[in-house]
Amino acid sequence: MGDAAAERETTAAEPSLRVRDLAYAYPDGTQALFGVNLTIERGERVALLGPNGAGKTTLVMHLNGILTPGHGEVVVAGLPVRKDTLREVRRRVGLVFQDPDDQLFMPTVREDVAFGPANMGVRGEELERRVRHALERVGMLDAIDRPPHHLSFGQRRRVAVATVLAMEPEILVLDEPSSNLDPASRRELAEILRGLDVTVLMVTHDLPYALELCERSLILSGGVIVADGPTREILADAELLAAHRLELPFGFTVPEAAPAPDLHAR
Amino acid sequence: MAAGHHRLYLPGDTPVHRLPPEAKLAAAVAFAIAVVATPRTALWAFAAHAALLAAVAAIARVPPGFLLRRMAIEIPFVAFALALPFIGLGERVQVGVLSLSAEGLWAAWNILAKATLGVAASILLAATTEPHRILHGARRLRIPSLLVQIAMFMLRYLDVILGEMRRMRIARESRGFTARDLRAAPVLARSVGALFIRSYERGERVHLAMLSRGFTGTLPVLDDRPAPPAAWVAALSPAVAAAVVAALARVVA
Repeated sequence: MGDAAAERETTAAEPSLRVRDLAYAYPDGTQALFGVNLTIERGERVALLGPNGAGKTTLVMHLNGILTPGHGEVVVAGLPVRKDTLREVRRRVGLVFQDPDDQLFMPTVREDVAFGPANMGVRGEELERRVRHALERVGMLDAIDRPPHHLSFGQRRRVAVATVLAMEPEILVLDEPSSNLDPASRRELAEILRGLDVTVLMVTHDLPYALELCERSLILSGGVIVADGPTREILADAELLAAHRLELPFGFTVPEAAPAPDLHAR
Repeated sequence: MAAGHHRLYLPGDTPVHRLPPEAKLAAAVAFAIAVVATPRTALWAFAAHAALLAAVAAIARVPPGFLLRRMAIEIPFVAFALALPFIGLGERVQVGVLSLSAEGLWAAWNILAKATLGVAASILLAATTEPHRILHGARRLRIPSLLVQIAMFMLRYLDVILGEMRRMRIARESRGFTARDLRAAPVLARSVGALFIRSYERGERVHLAMLSRGFTGTLPVLDDRPAPPAAWVAALSPAVAAAVVAALARVVA
């Protein structure tokens, strides 16, 4: 009932994510967000950059209603995040946590990928189809019957992405997707992410990764969005980066005109 | 391959491996009850119980050595039984230079025989059933879901926590720490405390991840097809045989 009403509130023209004047203070009084505004259109891949302690994780926790805003609102594809819409919001916003050991908690990969859709009431053949499809999209179908703790770190991160894809989300939110990955796993994950046809919000301070995958970047610093523009321009602005404790890795320069997706084309 | 790291599980594709886990779990429990109900003086009955287990092990292609090595976990629990013949009261029997209590000997035999048979049955169950399938079986036997969930998370996170423990130990030793005597206790205690806090925090993060995927308090049951009656009959037949043996032994005694 709630879900059916929620479904009707959605229209194709709505952006995947709209955050308006979002402010939040932790129960101990620490103010983490001071009025965040951002809009992400359907199909965009956007990087959310910011130094440690900028409020990135706090913002992410608002996107699927784990934290409730002190002020302002979050709207996912036209559906405001409220107590009575949480179920549908959590289906639409797929959160991939930084540590795959936190995300993969079931005894086998199959059960873990099935966990989300099963909570949404999907059963039987449709559930099996979703599980297989999600694992196929991340190239991990072979691991379907294995326990997650026997996979390599890179494989676990890919399965973590599949657990969320199986819920057929409107927007995929990844927390530091490249952390702890070796260069090959990092490239494989980038290829997978680039091949997905969903809206992506990627929280990171891996600036080259943001450039490689995202046309557009936002900088969150001190609890507000301080920059919003093409990733290439933002990364080329040394002063802006320095002012917000962001740095390009040693020896890295933003490539001139070459479009980012070609970085890894042979 | 699936559970290659779990030393108790012996991968295979025998009729015993293929039985539904809930039937095997029920059979192991029923077998243990039958063993406990057998009078301790009916030695032939214990031989029959052991023969039943040996037959199951043979069908499951579990080598005796595999079984025996894993029986070692029983030792701390039955060490107490070895003391009984010495401290027992009543009639004494002379064995070589030792004067032992007859009552104590019977009590020790009772504990040893029954514990050994029960442990062997459990090891056979674990050797032929992957850990997560035992949990599925427990869930289908309507064991309270909270207990099954606790066991499931234990199974999933044991390796993760052991890994953290190992890293903490290596970090301690890399800085010249060796636990030689009691003076090391405060350091070890702090490590245990830190491990507890880390595990607690991980628990909170896992809970957030579960909420993010629509968790509402109950784990979804995916495969709820009941096992076919024939599989139940096959799994329970050794337990039924053990029950018959136990009943006969009681009648004879």
